[in-house]
Amino acid sequence: MADSVWHPTSVPAVPVTTVRWRHSAVVRVTHWITTLSFLALLVTGAEILVSHPRFYWGEAGNVLTPPLFQLPIPASRSTVPTGYDYVLPDQNGWSRYLHFQSAWVAVLTGLLYVVWGLFNGHFRQNLVPARADLSGRGLSSVIAQHLRFRPARADEAWSYNVLQRLTYLLVVFGLFPLVIWTGLAMSPAIAAAVPAAVTVLGGQQSARTIHFFVSVFLVLFLLVHVVMVGLAGFRSRVRAMITGRPATQRERT
Amino acid sequence: MSKISRRKLITTGLAATAGASGLAVAASLARRYGLIPPDGGGLYGPGETLTYAAHRLLTRHSLAREFNRQQISKPPFPNEVAPLSGEFQRLQQGAFAGWRLAVDGMVARPASFSPLELKSFPRHNQITHLACEEGWSYIAEWIGAPLSYILDLVGTLPQARYVVYRSIQSGWWDSIDMADALHPQTLVAHGMNGGELPVAFGGPLRLRVPRQLGYKNVKYLTRLTVTDSLKEFGKGLGSASPEGGYAWYAGI
Repeated sequence: MADSVWHPTSVPAVPVTTVRWRHSAVVRVTHWITTLSFLALLVTGAEILVSHPRFYWGEAGNVLTPPLFQLPIPASRSTVPTGYDYVLPDQNGWSRYLHFQSAWVAVLTGLLYVVWGLFNGHFRQNLVPARADLSGRGLSSVIAQHLRFRPARADEAWSYNVLQRLTYLLVVFGLFPLVIWTGLAMSPAIAAAVPAAVTVLGGQQSARTIHFFVSVFLVLFLLVHVVMVGLAGFRSRVRAMITGRPATQRERT
Repeated sequence: MSKISRRKLITTGLAATAGASGLAVAASLARRYGLIPPDGGGLYGPGETLTYAAHRLLTRHSLAREFNRQQISKPPFPNEVAPLSGEFQRLQQGAFAGWRLAVDGMVARPASFSPLELKSFPRHNQITHLACEEGWSYIAEWIGAPLSYILDLVGTLPQARYVVYRSIQSGWWDSIDMADALHPQTLVAHGMNGGELPVAFGGPLRLRVPRQLGYKNVKYLTRLTVTDSLKEFGKGLGSASPEGGYAWYAGI
């Protein structure tokens, strides 16, 4: 419907200025760019991992070294003893190119999000839990609600509960920085430039092992996140993250 | 329905123009200071360029970590190589006495050296980490002549920007920029863990570039060519690696 048409009587009951935005534009754009780059990092990371599905602790490790553990999967290199009598196709070349390019996208996007969030109070307002919610009683009641799969209350479309807040803070300020750090620590040039970044972790193979576990936690977060979005109302939550509004005008009135 | 205000339009336009011209300035600066890798075009060019440029700006002179003798991997793991050529096997039968390392291109005095001559050059020992792009690694002691010493000996011309290096194995070649070529830890290695460099690890001669991944450390070295451009070599991507799908810069 064209807005320029003059309607003398049907002045909207809610003026435009009071429309509530669930997510700001920066949150929405960085959310989806991060989603895309994370998926690219995940697929290519798994591909690179398949060339050597063994993990070690310390500085060095190879097929002649006892591993910390080995994933029970076939490998894309014949030099790795896997117990399988076939070798997967090797796709490391483009996987590495795409992994590092996506890492740049994820890191720059994350940097923009964190700097913006610190300056405009996004973390303070939307993610840091209220003191009252952090009490034993507050936490246990939210956990009990989750365990009973209670549907989200209507006001939860507009704010995060304490478990969400803590989880998002852990992902933004814990898992992502750690996965970036351990990724950088595997680089020979970065190890040369900032040796402490490697030695603090226990060595370059330790960095690789931690990188793997943090990635597993990020995948777990992704799965739970998508399931929770589904339980809370997939259409409305995804719409809020795309358009900024949880419901269309018609659904709200 | 919110209309786009004129102010917003102007700010967005100005920001876009500033962003675009900023990128153009950055690109021309990057070209001038040699911060664009030879495989910096194409789909993955932006990521490669960001990595290479960031490393060259921030870590040009850093030294690879050196370890103590107790940390040497026992035993180290030599990766597989293609079956060795007939020419290699002939030279191996003569204990590599006939092996030559030719140095040519943009140098004042092209030369060629035998392994014995290279062993008479100043020796550099380093105990460093070699990581394969697949994820595994080992620590070993490498003994060799600094590449910078060899380049000084033949007199590289001022316009030199890269050193292309080749294996006796056909189709196995690579290149590094002068930052890595003149780096004090970059060696033409002829020894390992106190002894001769075993054939499996690249003997008689291997280029050792400790700030890059294993595949930049080409085995069975026969020729170094100093150049100001990589366009004339192979497909112009800097080495056989990008032609096979792998990044030219392997400092990551």
